[in-house]
Amino acid sequence: MKLLLKGGRLVDPASGRDETVDIQILDGRIERIAGSIAPTKGFEEIDLRGKIIAPGFIDMHVHLREPGFEHKETIESGCASAAAGGFTAVCCMPNTNPAIDDESVARYVREKGKAVCGGIVDIFPIGAATKGRQGTELAPMAELAQAGAVGFSDDGAPIASAEIMRRALEYSSMYGVPVIQHAEEPTMTQGGCMNEGVTSTRLGMPGIPPIAEELMVARDIILLGYVPRARYHVAHISTKGALNHVRDAKSKGMNISCEVTPHHFTLVEDVVRSFDTNTKMNPPLRTRQDVEAMIQGLREGSIDAIATDHAPHTIDEKEVEYTQAPFGIVGLETAIGLSMTELLHKKVLTMTALIEKLSTNPRRILSLPTIKFAEGEMANITILDPDAEWIVDTSKLHSKSKNSPFNGYRLRGKAIGIINNGAALIA
Amino acid sequence: MKLTSRHLLGLEGMSREEIALILDTAVSFREILDRPIKKVPPLQGKTVVNLFFESSTRTRISFELAERRLSADVVSFSTAASSVSKGETLKDTARNIEAMKIDMVVIRHAAAGSSHFLSRVVDANVINAGDGGHEHPTQGLLDMYTLREKFGKLEGLRVCIVGDITHSRVARSNIYGLSTMGAHVSVCGPATLIPRDLEQLGVKVYHRLEDIIPEVDALNVLRIQLERQKSGLFPSLREYHRFFGVTKEKVSKAPGPITIMHPGPINRDVELSADLADSEHSVILQQVTNGVAIRMAVLYLLGTSN
Repeated sequence: MKLLLKGGRLVDPASGRDETVDIQILDGRIERIAGSIAPTKGFEEIDLRGKIIAPGFIDMHVHLREPGFEHKETIESGCASAAAGGFTAVCCMPNTNPAIDDESVARYVREKGKAVCGGIVDIFPIGAATKGRQGTELAPMAELAQAGAVGFSDDGAPIASAEIMRRALEYSSMYGVPVIQHAEEPTMTQGGCMNEGVTSTRLGMPGIPPIAEELMVARDIILLGYVPRARYHVAHISTKGALNHVRDAKSKGMNISCEVTPHHFTLVEDVVRSFDTNTKMNPPLRTRQDVEAMIQGLREGSIDAIATDHAPHTIDEKEVEYTQAPFGIVGLETAIGLSMTELLHKKVLTMTALIEKLSTNPRRILSLPTIKFAEGEMANITILDPDAEWIVDTSKLHSKSKNSPFNGYRLRGKAIGIINNGAALIA
Repeated sequence: MKLTSRHLLGLEGMSREEIALILDTAVSFREILDRPIKKVPPLQGKTVVNLFFESSTRTRISFELAERRLSADVVSFSTAASSVSKGETLKDTARNIEAMKIDMVVIRHAAAGSSHFLSRVVDANVINAGDGGHEHPTQGLLDMYTLREKFGKLEGLRVCIVGDITHSRVARSNIYGLSTMGAHVSVCGPATLIPRDLEQLGVKVYHRLEDIIPEVDALNVLRIQLERQKSGLFPSLREYHRFFGVTKEKVSKAPGPITIMHPGPINRDVELSADLADSEHSVILQQVTNGVAIRMAVLYLLGTSN
């Protein structure tokens, strides 16, 4: 690979750089980086004027479905989806079959990731916090961490037992690996399939009360105060109440972070009135006040990261009665477009802040090495066209599944390429 | 005038004129029901399928009678088991039946939104005969018909729905329909069985029957399901009866007579005392008769508009 990226605007929050540069890449390594590099023979020149060069984006919350649910997604199709969406890395959640509660599964997932799509997308597994994600016995966290797990979670289900949560925080703290909580008090959400409130009341649909998320976050923060060396991350935060607890905990200097999905800062629960099962996810779409709180949280920094909770399901699985449909939507290929449309162009986030939420911060939360733009470093880059206007067409998604509520959405901004591990994919 | 939709999925969002059209159309069908020969020809040659995924006796019989009295060909399919547990999806069931060339589908299903779902996957007219806790529009219409028959109008009428509002499709269709027609709707039930933010639907909420009984013209008493007690939503049927059961004694505190309605089947002496159910102020059997007329009107308006 011999590339010369010409005239792109490098925005690198880690080093604070924001400048127009040329970057010459040889075999995946940054050979030269300078204000202007003369064309060199044999190097393919790529005109990036008006485009953004960012450290490679990572989606820290993805369901790749393999092993066990390959009809929904495989590691290969998930990586293709991530690459098309502009991500050079994904963290895959452990709710596979078998669950990633054993080092062999963690290794399998990592190795498979290297073998597909030219290895352009790094896969960092999230290990299960408990065996079989059953919530009763700790998973072998040390072995999992050694096998490459960068976080522990029973995602899809909460770590409900206070005792187990305490022990998970204690044990994981030895390795500096965060516990990622799917925050939901399960005794309050049985049978629920949308946010509880006026819309569920109108539709006569069983509700998932916002307080169920808030309660679990509040409990965990109290536990974290008891185990202060631990690191705690709230997955897919969706309620104003839970975010208030996170903000308070951060102001006290606690080791806490959180992520929000594009759908939770974009869509309001009213869309469920269509009974379109692509509006069914867990946590559910919330109220306008919650969406506004998410946007405010992103603006002020109490929300650290944007992650998709990419959750593929087949059309047949989704085309059933609303109450029967599985939770979740795909998100890898719409995340950047939605983030730029809703946050960058609406002046919620600067370009630097947006890149922090999609690269710098999640890498810091997961203790992954900082991506460096310096000669001799491996190139790990996401290239953005902030002004590209496009329309989401779910039939064209690279993911095996097409379950997105954003079909037909007009977006402004997208990723046009990625470079990682010596491979490049540039549109 | 015609209905704007090809389907009857719910009363929410329906206009006053549309509801009035159905009620007015039902008047002439109601009259047919008193004739010695109760059959008329408008749906001759049309095939209607009744898909009942949830057990129901009166609604299914009421629809079947309405269909037959309009001279439609009728097929009924009943199963207590959900489509999913049978292994076939609702979509497949519906498409298979439609492949046999049918014109209208009446569906009763335990999942909210199932009739909306069906209307998207089949070409036939879809009539919602109850979708989970969402809507039961023909019940709402027959309740309004019965009230209008009794009081001459719906505008300004004060109606209280008593019982488990959270899980009740009857309550929702009544709230939407009656509010659109200008009635004042309130509800009364245990706080655990009143859904969140219900007041935002323009409904007043009460928790003591004695507070609302002096204020209403009619009580629509809902059936209480024992399974709600098992899931912790109220302590016991005895306590429910004492505090939320509608009895002659409680109703006698009202300044005037109160009309008693119930969508059936009644748990006698639980949500409604037997003497009141059988009293002169009860219109429960009129509701049943009017139900056939309302369903004839709906089938007629949808089935002849294509």
